[in-house]
Amino acid sequence: MNLKRIKAITRKEFIQIIRDPRSLGMAIAFPMLLLTLFGYALSLDVDNVPLVIWNQDKSQVSQDYILNFKASPYFKIVGYSDNYKELQSYVDKNKAFMILVIPPDFSSLINSKQSAPVQLLVDGSDSNTATIAIGYVTAVTAGYNRKLAIDSLSHLGVRDITPVDMRTRIWFNQDLKSRNFIIPGLIAIIMMVIAALLTSLTVAREWERGTMEQLISTPIKPRELILGKFIPYFVIGFVDVLIAILMGEFIFQVPLRGSVVLLFILSSLFLTGTLTMGMLISIVAKKQLLASQMAMVTTFLPAFLLSGFVYSIANMPTIIQAITYIVPARYFITILKGIYLKGVGLEILVIPVLFLSVFAFVVVNLATMAFKKKVT
Amino acid sequence: MFERIRQIIIKEFIQILRDPRMRTLLFLPPIIQMIIFGYAASTDVKNIQMAVYDLDNTPESRDLVREFTYSDYFHVKHYIYTDRAAEEMIDKSDVNTVIRFNLGFGNDLNANRQAQAQLIIDGSDSNTAAVISAYANQIMERYSSRLLDKRVQVLLNRSIRFPKIDLRTRAWFNENLLSRDFFIPGVIALIVTVVTLLLTSMAIVKEKEIGTIEQLIVSPINSWELILGKLLPFALIGLFDILLVTVVGVFWFDVPIRGNLLLLFGSAILYLLTTLGIGLFISTIANTQQEAMMTAFFFIFPAILLSGFVFPIYNMPKLIQYITYVNPIRYFLVIIRGIFLKGVGIEILWPQMMALFALGIVIFTLSTLRFRKRLG
Repeated sequence: MNLKRIKAITRKEFIQIIRDPRSLGMAIAFPMLLLTLFGYALSLDVDNVPLVIWNQDKSQVSQDYILNFKASPYFKIVGYSDNYKELQSYVDKNKAFMILVIPPDFSSLINSKQSAPVQLLVDGSDSNTATIAIGYVTAVTAGYNRKLAIDSLSHLGVRDITPVDMRTRIWFNQDLKSRNFIIPGLIAIIMMVIAALLTSLTVAREWERGTMEQLISTPIKPRELILGKFIPYFVIGFVDVLIAILMGEFIFQVPLRGSVVLLFILSSLFLTGTLTMGMLISIVAKKQLLASQMAMVTTFLPAFLLSGFVYSIANMPTIIQAITYIVPARYFITILKGIYLKGVGLEILVIPVLFLSVFAFVVVNLATMAFKKKVT
Repeated sequence: MFERIRQIIIKEFIQILRDPRMRTLLFLPPIIQMIIFGYAASTDVKNIQMAVYDLDNTPESRDLVREFTYSDYFHVKHYIYTDRAAEEMIDKSDVNTVIRFNLGFGNDLNANRQAQAQLIIDGSDSNTAAVISAYANQIMERYSSRLLDKRVQVLLNRSIRFPKIDLRTRAWFNENLLSRDFFIPGVIALIVTVVTLLLTSMAIVKEKEIGTIEQLIVSPINSWELILGKLLPFALIGLFDILLVTVVGVFWFDVPIRGNLLLLFGSAILYLLTTLGIGLFISTIANTQQEAMMTAFFFIFPAILLSGFVFPIYNMPKLIQYITYVNPIRYFLVIIRGIFLKGVGIEILWPQMMALFALGIVIFTLSTLRFRKRLG
């Protein structure tokens, strides 16, 4: 390793980056823009579920029951109808997500202290929203049933005798705001993509333009060339991380409960792995078109789908779980969620950190080896 | 004219398929991605790992725990006895639910007082937490109403009937609420978007970069013929990829196709019109392949996240909802999910198809005009 040669390559690379202000601006502005856009736009909170009601009863009792849905922030009653065809078209056209059907004998059954069947028809095509929305309807109905029970008991002179009071407490995220876990996840995905994109074209470009031959003929060694190319992109990546973390803190107010220093150190580790991965791709591909396709195939979709960002890894089949071990975003998301929401330290994060280090080490060596082979 | 277009098409096919790695990259990754992501993209919450923190340890508390394990959703992984253990397990994501009983739970129940229990849920994934909480509510509901009946029997020495609503839920289109049925059609749209958009944008820029575009310009071909000839091969590749991944989705994952296959391919062609158009547009603004890739990415990333693929559009702020109206993926997802799951036809889907068609025409006209200007 010769520091002077590394410095020379780094300088050349910096100059090339600065000479192309459009790409540089993109590399900095792109992550900011994405984070702003997604931070505001994306939410998995299930509220304002559009609901249509088919009330065949039309009595005070059924109105009482419906009132509970009106009062709940989770539902938005978009219409009433007496026509099955019309109700169906509400769902087919995605105007309503659920249909609540109250039978004609509803009030007479309730008044005579019997059980009244109410039908809930749900658009199951989005199963996740469906599951949560059904949970809300169940909760509203259970609350209503409890009121009915207390009422009829108090007629008999018995006070509330609800047997168990189960208090649910949600840790780290009291109000179940999905933003709190989406933002850390987004930072990981955006960085994964940016890092790989930044570097994946740099070597391929030199091959295509023929400048690689000139570099090879100089006394520079593969390791030095890779390091020299790595440093400027690392600086850009680090600036991106810094901006993202500041935005999470000040714009989106995601609680940062753990150590900021640890967050930066581990982000650097992640950047090292992903930036070199981009370089490895460009060394192997040699062509920009191919490199870009490979970068896309290996970064964006896996980081999005296999990292535990929205789809929990524990639910995947074992083989797919095994594949997720080579997705670096997986570890970074665990680390980010841990530091952000849970406020944990290195002692809890040992395993993801270890895996991330191994990943970085392997990729750096692979890149060097691949390069040596291409050169000779 | 047709002869000239034919020549361009032949040249384009040769160029794409000449590189054996490109050949595999076009067809193999879509299949592999489909299989991996098909398994991964699931928001089903099952096998919830639970720790039991039972300081009471009476038949009553064990009875309630059994109620949870019988549900098939909850799985008891650990028995713990300290707060620290509970914290550590949740910090490490070893379990995501802790059920806690203080001393006296059984006594309270037996004395017909209200007994208290606590359920702690890891909220760092708010979506899973919401589903867990919904399941727990259902279980508690059943358990409480059984206990209440028993209590009334003891207190009043006779059983009374409570009026109550018996909620019967039916999920349309997806009886068992399998999230896979929801996501697989989405994954098809995703893969095709990435492949076609990147390919077109980069292929044209490549000619600019290596200077062969000048050769094409001096030939008697006009810009319409050139565009048609360049894009048709990609359209065919895109259609073939759609066919490929649809086959995997239907035969490997057993996702039902309830609607008309011809309609699916008809809409796929409309959709490709937009992705190819956008690819063409990008190629007119980018000068290098790196720029083209960054720009393509700049479009794809937000387009996927703001399409309703995972994050429901009705949850987004109003302003962003308006932005999604120009997002072709949004419409294609409604169409493809409608055809797969709901089995609806053109009478329901025509607004989406019209939107795709209109978007396609606009973007094509725009980019052709730009393309011509740059040539002239």
